[in-house]
Amino acid sequence: MIEIRNLAKAYGSTTVLKGCSTTVAKGEVVVVCGPSGSGKSTLIKCVNGLEPFQGGSITVDGISVGDPKTDLPRLRARVGMVFQHFELFPHMSVRKNLALAQMRVLGRSAEEADARGLKLLDRVGLAAHADKHPAQLSGGQQQRVAIARALAMDPVCMLFDEPTSALDPEMIGEVLDVMIELAREGMTMMVVTHEMGFARQVAQRILFMDQGEIVEDAPAGDFFAAPKSQRAQLFLSRILHH
Amino acid sequence: MDGAGHLPSLAPPSPSNNRVVSFSANRGKATEMGEFDFTVWGPSLPFIRDGLLFTLRLTLIAMTGGIVLGTLLALARLSPFKPLSLVAGAYVDTMRSIPLVMVILWFFLVIPFLTGTPVGAETSAIITFTAFEAAFYCEIMRSGIQSVPRGQVWAAQALGLTQAQTMIHVVLPQALRNMLPVLLTQTIVLFQDTSLVYAIGAKDLLKAADVVGKNYNRPVEMIVLSALIYFAICFSLSLAVRQLQKRVAIVR
Repeated sequence: MIEIRNLAKAYGSTTVLKGCSTTVAKGEVVVVCGPSGSGKSTLIKCVNGLEPFQGGSITVDGISVGDPKTDLPRLRARVGMVFQHFELFPHMSVRKNLALAQMRVLGRSAEEADARGLKLLDRVGLAAHADKHPAQLSGGQQQRVAIARALAMDPVCMLFDEPTSALDPEMIGEVLDVMIELAREGMTMMVVTHEMGFARQVAQRILFMDQGEIVEDAPAGDFFAAPKSQRAQLFLSRILHH
Repeated sequence: MDGAGHLPSLAPPSPSNNRVVSFSANRGKATEMGEFDFTVWGPSLPFIRDGLLFTLRLTLIAMTGGIVLGTLLALARLSPFKPLSLVAGAYVDTMRSIPLVMVILWFFLVIPFLTGTPVGAETSAIITFTAFEAAFYCEIMRSGIQSVPRGQVWAAQALGLTQAQTMIHVVLPQALRNMLPVLLTQTIVLFQDTSLVYAIGAKDLLKAADVVGKNYNRPVEMIVLSALIYFAICFSLSLAVRQLQKRVAIVR
C-alpha cells in the first residue's frame, strides 16, 4: 500500500531524513515512534506530499508521490490524515467540515455528503454535535470529528500525526478507542505516536526513528520484548518507566 | 449629482421665512458678517444629501473594489512565482509612497491627456480610490492570510482540495474574519479621505457644503455642518468596530 524507498529530505543544509525505507502492507498498522526531532512527523507528511522531498521515492497504492506529473490533490483525497492540532476549519460547523471536501473533491451532492458525514459522526459518537462549531467541542471531540472528516473521503489508508499529543490525558482514551476500532476493521494505518499501549495493542510493526533515520523496523512483539539498537532501548526505558 | 448647477435658482434665506429655524441671536434680522447664521443649514440639506450620497457611494465602491483588488494583490505578493510577487510589491510600495491627493490629481489630469477623452471627476475619483485603497487593503489581507495557521492549509490539502480551493474555502474566509476590524478601520479612513476629491471638483459632501457656503456667503457654517456629519458617521462606525472587535476576540 505504502512503499518508501531511500527517502531523503533536507531544509537547506540541515538533513531531516536520510535513507528511510519501509513498506506498509494493506491492512497493516505501523506505529512510528522516536524522540522529538527525529523526523517522524516529516516522514509521515512526505507520504501524502505535504512535505516535498529531495531524494528517494514514495508510492501510495501504486502512485508515485514525488512524480511531478502526479495529481497530488487526487492522491491526497484517497489518503486520510489526522493532525496533532486537529485542524478542523473553525469558521464552519462540524457538519460543513465533513461535507466540504466530499462535495468539492469527490463531487458528491450536498445531501449525499451530509448523510455520509452524519453516519461517520455517529460512528465516533458525536452525531448530536453536528451543528456546533469546532470551538464549542473539547479537544478529544474535535479530534474524533477530524477522524470522521478523513474517513468521509473513503480513504484507502490513514496517516496519524501524533493524534493524542495535544490532548488532556482524560481525553486520550476516547480518541485511541476510535483508532483501535478502525485498526480492527482492517484499515491500513501509519501512526506517529508515543502511546505505547496503543502500539502494543494494535500495531503489527514498529518503526523507531532517530536523527532522521529509521533505526529499527521490527514486528511489534519483537520490538517491545527486545529492541535491538541501544537508542531504541534507551528510548523505551525512558518512555515506559516513569 | 449636479448640485452646483441648480444653485442660482435658490434664493438666499429670506428673513420673513418663518419655517427656517435660526440659531442666531438676532433672529429675523439680517445677519452681519462675523456672526453665525445656521439658518443656511435648512435649504442646504438637499445638496448636502446629494453630496453625502456620492461620498458614501465612492466609499462603498472603493471599499468593495479595493478589498477584491487588494486580495488579488495579496495573493500575487505571496505567490511563489517571483515576477508576480515583485510586480505586486512594486505597485503596493508605489501607491503607499505617494500622497493620495497627488494620485487623484494626476489621474484626473493625465488620463484625458493620454487617451484624448476626458474622464468625469466622479468616475476618475472612483477609479483612483479603488486603485489606491487596494494597496492598503492588500497589506491587511496579506497579514490576514499569513495569520491562518499552516496546519489549516495542510488539513485542506490533505483532504484533496486544490490550492485554489484551499484559498477560497479555508484560508480567505478565516483571513477576512480575522482582519474584519482592521478592514473596517481602514474603511473609516477611506471615508474621511474621500473628501480629497474636492481637489478635482467632484461633488462630494465637502464640495456640496463648500458650494452652498459660497452661494449663501456662509462658508463657516457649512464647513461646520459637513464636519459634524463626517464626525457623526466616523464616530458611530468606530464604536461599531470596537463592538465587533470584542465579538471576534470571543470567537477566537
